[in-house]
Amino acid sequence: MVVQPIGIDPPGDLPGTQESAQKRPLRIALISIYNHRMLRPSRPAPISEMSTIVPGEPLIAFKDVHIGFDEGEVLRGISFEVWPGETKVLLGESGSGKTLLMKMAAGLMRADAGRIRVMGHNVEEMPEHELLDFRRHLGFVFQEGALFDSMTVAENVAFRLREENVPDAEVHSRVLETLHFVEMESALDKYPAELSGGMRRRVSIARALVDRPPLVFYDSPTAGLDPVTSQTIITLILRGRDLQGVTSMLATHRVQDAFGLARFRFDQAADRVVRESNNGEQPAGQQNHHEDSGPTNILVLRDGTIYFEGAAEEMLQTSDDYLKTFLASAE
Amino acid sequence: MPETSETLSLSSVVGDAIRRQIFAVQDFSLLSMRSVVNVFTPPYYWTDALEQMDLIGVGSLPIVIIIGFFIGAVLVLQTSAQFERFGETALTGDAVALALVRELGPTITAIVIAGRNASGMASELGSMVVTEQVDAMRALGTDPIRKLMTPRVIATVLVLPLLVAVADFVGLVGGFLVAYFTLQLGAVQFWTRAINALDFGDLVQGFVKPIVFGFIIATVGCYQGLRVRGGTQGVGRSTTQAVVISSVLVIVIDAFLSRLLLWSFSR
Repeated sequence: MVVQPIGIDPPGDLPGTQESAQKRPLRIALISIYNHRMLRPSRPAPISEMSTIVPGEPLIAFKDVHIGFDEGEVLRGISFEVWPGETKVLLGESGSGKTLLMKMAAGLMRADAGRIRVMGHNVEEMPEHELLDFRRHLGFVFQEGALFDSMTVAENVAFRLREENVPDAEVHSRVLETLHFVEMESALDKYPAELSGGMRRRVSIARALVDRPPLVFYDSPTAGLDPVTSQTIITLILRGRDLQGVTSMLATHRVQDAFGLARFRFDQAADRVVRESNNGEQPAGQQNHHEDSGPTNILVLRDGTIYFEGAAEEMLQTSDDYLKTFLASAE
Repeated sequence: MPETSETLSLSSVVGDAIRRQIFAVQDFSLLSMRSVVNVFTPPYYWTDALEQMDLIGVGSLPIVIIIGFFIGAVLVLQTSAQFERFGETALTGDAVALALVRELGPTITAIVIAGRNASGMASELGSMVVTEQVDAMRALGTDPIRKLMTPRVIATVLVLPLLVAVADFVGLVGGFLVAYFTLQLGAVQFWTRAINALDFGDLVQGFVKPIVFGFIIATVGCYQGLRVRGGTQGVGRSTTQAVVISSVLVIVIDAFLSRLLLWSFSR
């Protein structure tokens, strides 16, 4: 998929410049400087210009990806795929590279080697100004929420819509709708500092979902939260997946999160979370399960490589000691 | 052999340090260029620029007035004794006007703004970096340089000359009051000499300098904020560096700029 070049046209193509090109050398010089790859700033491109889901192609594909820092390589030869509708849970100890992997997929960090293809784009080849447009089609929930602390909850959720010059009335209704979705509509005018950790995560999820992106990254959304609040966050992720058809990657060190996502789904008719049938298929009569909602798979990272990749039930039946340590933590 | 390895490690340490500094200058130059180029292309963040103008301009007004007033006053106190020796106290107006408009007004105001606002920019942006707010902005498809840095650069460059004009005027008032009460100089005599002492070149000097200083203060403050590493300790370090580097650069560039402007307007 070819990304539309972003930037202003060459001087010769500008209306009225051909006959007056020689009269305005300064303008032409400025445009040449502007069009320089390193200097060219971002400019929002119409959504239609950017590809999102390419039929027959995984939404995310990592091939032999490496990244390291002064201390050595953190991720070595990572390869995996995420298909539309799938929920990929990244399990691993602290420092195993879960966040790095998601930041590379979102183009927030550059890999040292390997190929990363996301929503039809070769992320590692895109310059920052193209990545800015690309990221408007995905959501990212940061570990601590990363809410803008000088803005209210409503302003935080409205941020992306404001950037896209959505009319005020529509911004207001969409912000209310999204905050209702995460059950935070009462906190519209509060500042992030006035919210609890769990509330901040919920607002952060609302900010990521406000524009209905097809792909959302959740970076340790339950880290440091009590079990009840963690369950609320997982329910929100289930709602996003099952009601909006969001494909997602979720980094966590809690195996409970992985099993919660694999074994439960959100039933819109009952307005609650219900257990999946044993074979993972949709029970008869449950018509509200989103048609794009796919399987939940687990990917365990250890020592910079993929230690395990498969379904939650496969992991349950493992005889591997390291995986059993993870499973034991859930008991 | 140990001597060789020590020599090698020393040279590699020095080499690394030099390389880091060169990269830092390169990063700073590219970032500054991006912030300027952004001024000419959409999207524009005029509201953010206006907010910054209020923060930097209106917010700094009291401190600039106080400092300007006392700089003008002390200038007369220090020079009047010398002029009295030659019986030329009337020259006080000339001396205060020239010193303030050409040099002290722009430089002192720039250093005050560097202390107040370069530190503010570095700590604000630095805090945003360590709490991942800058990454969150990038993840939402917004260019942090365009949204955070460019409005601060525009605001500082536009507001600093105005603050300098206020500082110059208040300084002259301070100088006049001291001259009136200690040297018994008349208002007409002081102000006529002060105004006549200034020619076009002096005014250009007085207004070109704050534009350049404003650019230095904002770009250094933002650069130090956006490159923060190492949590809250890193924010503190960058804030200090922002003030030190911008103040030193203001003084150093002032010397070269003065020479250039004096040469440009010499008859």
